[in-house]
Amino acid sequence: MIREFALADVGFLLLATRWTLLLALTAAIGGGVFGLIVAIFRVVPAAPLNWLAIGYINLIQGTPLLGQLFVFFFGLPLLGLSVDAWTAAALALSIYASAFFAEIWRGSLQSVPQRQWEAGASLGLTYGQRFRYVIIPQAIRISIPPTVGFLVQLVKNTSLAALIGFVELTRASQIMTAATFAPLQVYLVAAAIYFAICFGLSQLSRVVEGRIHVSR
Amino acid sequence: MEYNFRFAAVLRYWDEIVEGVLLTLQLSATTMVIGLAIGLGVAALSTSSNPWLRLPARGYVELIRNTPLLVQLFIVFFGLPSLGVRLNANDAAVIALSINLGAYGAEIIRAGIESIRRSQVEAGRALGLTALQTFRHVVLFQALKAIYPALASQFVLLMLATSIVSAIGASELFHQAAFIESRTFRSFEAYTLITISYLGLTLGFRLLFSAIYWLVFVRRPAR
Repeated sequence: MIREFALADVGFLLLATRWTLLLALTAAIGGGVFGLIVAIFRVVPAAPLNWLAIGYINLIQGTPLLGQLFVFFFGLPLLGLSVDAWTAAALALSIYASAFFAEIWRGSLQSVPQRQWEAGASLGLTYGQRFRYVIIPQAIRISIPPTVGFLVQLVKNTSLAALIGFVELTRASQIMTAATFAPLQVYLVAAAIYFAICFGLSQLSRVVEGRIHVSR
Repeated sequence: MEYNFRFAAVLRYWDEIVEGVLLTLQLSATTMVIGLAIGLGVAALSTSSNPWLRLPARGYVELIRNTPLLVQLFIVFFGLPSLGVRLNANDAAVIALSINLGAYGAEIIRAGIESIRRSQVEAGRALGLTALQTFRHVVLFQALKAIYPALASQFVLLMLATSIVSAIGASELFHQAAFIESRTFRSFEAYTLITISYLGLTLGFRLLFSAIYWLVFVRRPAR
């Protein structure tokens, strides 16, 4: 039964948007924790750890996210785990985000001038203390704008989870299109919802960037 | 875990994988050319002092950069037919990817133009060069050098992003994974092998692009 695309259907898309947001949030937290570990592996003065981190980052950044989603979707059941689309999507997106967060945070850590390390050493601080009290507080400031910027990418990339059948905003739009046969309207509404979220985040990143420069 | 991996079954479709690689390269190259042409035009408009030219250009860049490529693709492929524009999957893929790249390309080119100091242009003019000569001999090489790394990494990102057009059945490398899967029922092996193929492409192009950078911009002194 084909029916008109009505205002109530926009509500259906908005309801599906919470899955988009939840997926992005999960990937941001999972990817954040794992990305931090990779970033630390990447900068500590131990060559094997550095190479491990570099290999990991290149593997993830050198393959398409869509491929990673499918590999997790079909691969995890082979390990004996029963995996639904949500788990596969949350895991793949977390892994994907961790590689990008690691690179962003490595850049932030390394953009703290070398002299700061030396100054810390001359005050008699250990490596760990210099890291904790001198470098990290400065690196966090530098990292905030690109981190928020990447969150925009992450929200947009949750749309790929639709292709393994996870019902978020894009998949809900496909379902709605099948019911109403009004693809142009449905996808334009979906685009508008994505735009509201992502443009909001982009503006936030600009505001934060301005604040940080003022406080310097 | 009692699963027998059968990569050999998938590797028999080697010809399809090679064909997919060629299709992906062709799609990426076509998109890069059209997308950068759009980007160049939009960058020129968005640095213009006329708000009637600048604001639509800025709006285009913001709209594209804040919505997912997949949704843009669906609008072009599934949405446009209701306006009477019917496209086959491959054309829709090129159009959606080019419009998408145009916005990112515009930002890269704009940053390149703005990275050239005003004093460089003034110095050129003070030496008696015409505006065109100043652009050709002073600005162009420096601007190209400034945007080259960003363009190179954008090409790699584009190549990975082309995998998304498999969602509408356009022919490229990722689409071949679905084909091989349907023939062998080896989903994991097929998708893993195709995903790893992209890694080969990415690493190869990164190497190629840094070699070109060294040959063009480092070895030869800036003129």
